[in-house]
Amino acid sequence: MRNLGPQGADGSGDTPPVLTLDNITKVFPGVKALDGVRLDLYAGQVTALIGENGAGKSTVVKTLTGIYQPDGGQILLGGTPVPFATPQDAAKAGVTAIHQETVLFDELSVAENVFIGHAPKGRFGLIDTAAMYKKTGEILSSIGAKISPAVKLKDLSIASRHLVAIARALSVEAQVVIMDEPTAALSQTEIEELYELVDTLKAQGKAILFISHKFDEIFRIADRFTVFRDGQLVGAGIMNDVTEADLVKMMVGRSVDQLFPKREAEIGEDVLVVAGYSHPTEFEDINFTLRRGEILGFYGLVGAGRSEFMQSLIGITKPSKGAVRVGGDIRVIRSPAEAIKAGIVYVPEDRGKQGAILDMPIFQNVTLPSLHKTSNNGFVRMAEEFALAREYTERLDLRAASLDTNVGALSGGNQQKVVIAKWLATKPRVIILDEPTKGIDIGSKAAVHDFMSELAAQGLSVIMVSSEIPEIMGMSDRVIVMRDGRMVAELEGDALTPETLVRQAVGIRETGGDT
Amino acid sequence: MSMSQTTPRHIPDRLRSPMQARLMSWESLLLAVAVGIFILNTLASPYFLDAWNLSDATFNFTEKAMIAFAMALLIIAGEIDLSVASIIALASTAMGVAMEMGAGTPVLVLVGLATGMLCGAFNGALVTKLGLPSIVVTIGTMSLFRGLSYIILGDGAFRGYPADFAWFGQGYVFWVISVEFVIFALLAVVFGLLLHKTSFGRTVYAVGNNPTGALFSGIRVDRVKMILFLLTGLMSGLAAVCLTSRLGSTRPSIASGMELEVVTMVVLGGVNILGGSGSIPGVVIAAFVMGLVTFGLGLLNVPGIVMSIFIGLLLIGVIALPRLWSMWRKKRV
Repeated sequence: MRNLGPQGADGSGDTPPVLTLDNITKVFPGVKALDGVRLDLYAGQVTALIGENGAGKSTVVKTLTGIYQPDGGQILLGGTPVPFATPQDAAKAGVTAIHQETVLFDELSVAENVFIGHAPKGRFGLIDTAAMYKKTGEILSSIGAKISPAVKLKDLSIASRHLVAIARALSVEAQVVIMDEPTAALSQTEIEELYELVDTLKAQGKAILFISHKFDEIFRIADRFTVFRDGQLVGAGIMNDVTEADLVKMMVGRSVDQLFPKREAEIGEDVLVVAGYSHPTEFEDINFTLRRGEILGFYGLVGAGRSEFMQSLIGITKPSKGAVRVGGDIRVIRSPAEAIKAGIVYVPEDRGKQGAILDMPIFQNVTLPSLHKTSNNGFVRMAEEFALAREYTERLDLRAASLDTNVGALSGGNQQKVVIAKWLATKPRVIILDEPTKGIDIGSKAAVHDFMSELAAQGLSVIMVSSEIPEIMGMSDRVIVMRDGRMVAELEGDALTPETLVRQAVGIRETGGDT
Repeated sequence: MSMSQTTPRHIPDRLRSPMQARLMSWESLLLAVAVGIFILNTLASPYFLDAWNLSDATFNFTEKAMIAFAMALLIIAGEIDLSVASIIALASTAMGVAMEMGAGTPVLVLVGLATGMLCGAFNGALVTKLGLPSIVVTIGTMSLFRGLSYIILGDGAFRGYPADFAWFGQGYVFWVISVEFVIFALLAVVFGLLLHKTSFGRTVYAVGNNPTGALFSGIRVDRVKMILFLLTGLMSGLAAVCLTSRLGSTRPSIASGMELEVVTMVVLGGVNILGGSGSIPGVVIAAFVMGLVTFGLGLLNVPGIVMSIFIGLLLIGVIALPRLWSMWRKKRV
């Protein structure tokens, strides 16, 4: 791999970087989010930061903006180490970030949004409104935005709000601008306008860190790239020297086999048939068949409509079209209660809000969907509740002080075990796991994977939504890839490779890979 | 490393026995307060420890407590009904109209209960079908229901309820034990069982703690809320029957301001105003505490306006006490 070395020793190395993350390490309980990474940003250049979900990109952004303090390494600004102890320090050093959802204030004017916190002051310390409007107008016209500084933010389109966020970033005289998936919510013409804006910023000599999943835009605007994988630097260099294939290989290139104890399960008859499932805005025309003992993976980028589809399958949102057949009967599922009756259960991605009831004890969480089993004529029988909760939590090797401990007091991994135990206690036919190992420690991750495999071996049908390629590759018998709400590929056997998954998910066409 | 091969670690059901938990609870603190007030009252007035006087004292809280039981469930589920006193006014007015049309006692009771339930259904429908916040909906219906009562009655009043109708508010079952007190005691048991022993009660807690999580767990959240609004309406109807019977007349200003006393009782009983936790025994003790305080002050000829000051101070004091206690202990460490 080229240019792993410290400096950009690749031809344009004569100009030193404006900002350098040097050997930065950040550790969270159970996870090393960043492991001695290096990132160089150059004046007047766009550096693309590339990596899978969980590679450490957002941790880098938070470290650069002073929200996280690194556990090791240093941040060099123009060659001298600077501490970014608070977001204010980072702002003072001229680093500013435009997030996916930058915090802006709907009821305030554009100018007030741009200058909130650092408005020009006039006599008696009052805000010099005239100067504020004038400066805002200047900044907006310098980026070619035709927005009046007096308009209230709530009256603007998403794209215009983005421009306001950028104007805000420029109002603090930033040297370094971080753009975190800036095109996620924009239309094609708006994206083109954003590209022009990035060119303007480049011409002004700003160093830009551009984070994106989309290869077409990376190749369109980036001058340099840095690739992270599992919190480590795997490659950096100049865009002209690489191809898409090179980048994909850097993103995923690893052995995925040994970590995942996938057991051979006997795949049986059709259990769930989904036909033509559509939703006005979130997804369209989803068709697949799930068989007994099978683990079906759903891969895609965040926002591809996978969770929305799954939640529709269990009756949270209504589909506009489509039907399901479960165990031979065609059913309309209008509520989670009906989904449970049909034998379809869902372990959501958002454990704290959707999965568990954190302020209630473990045993009451486990029995919540099974109360009819542990009660007699409507009266709960606590001994049976404890017995049921014990049976399933011990199968999952839950670690807790007692069964009447509140779920909120457990670690993320153990909370997930409680949620899975809750659903297994309903004796389902189909279990949908949405990002089942997101944010949990390695040990619990292995336990969840092992258990998933065991469930399939016992004849349960499993749908696993995951954005982690090793997990998808290691656990699934078959993978459906979704992009922009549509199924774009169904992969199994030899066709199922990390490169194909990424290609389909981000929408690179050329070399095949479709089945 | 298969799950079935490793011996699972045993997890105990509980760390503290239920008895221990009970000793450390809010209810115990409240009970101590109740006993303290009882002793103070005994010392302050020689007339306090009289069976008939104590019996009279129960009327200070029996009607409010009937509503408070249902309100406790509603608040635990994360909703509230501020229209309960106005439901009493409308239900009482409806009974008055029925009486004018010649209805007998059984029909009057049915009219009172049915009006209460209809009002509850109206509140519940607005909250669950339209997804409006219950505090806004019931502030609206608070004016609406009482307003209807004013339109029907104006400055007037309904009088002349049948003689046997007086049994509910003025009758005694045995010696000093009033009909209202028996209804209160029975309802305490019924609501206690409903909240603490049934699967419906469990879903009430789940909905109040995390409505989204409850929905994802297959609970019909809207149905649970609808049932609770209906129950609160029904209990307000029952309170209207008792109160109308006790007063023997209906004016549109009947039970003015009672909604706040009901909510005070529920909160004093340890129910979290944000939902998710609370108990019926707590509300029962809170009912006695409030009844004892107002009655004791009444014996000392303290005017009503001063009484409400005492109730307010009591509420703030009882709620602030545990917080102050833990702050003081932290400082000492």
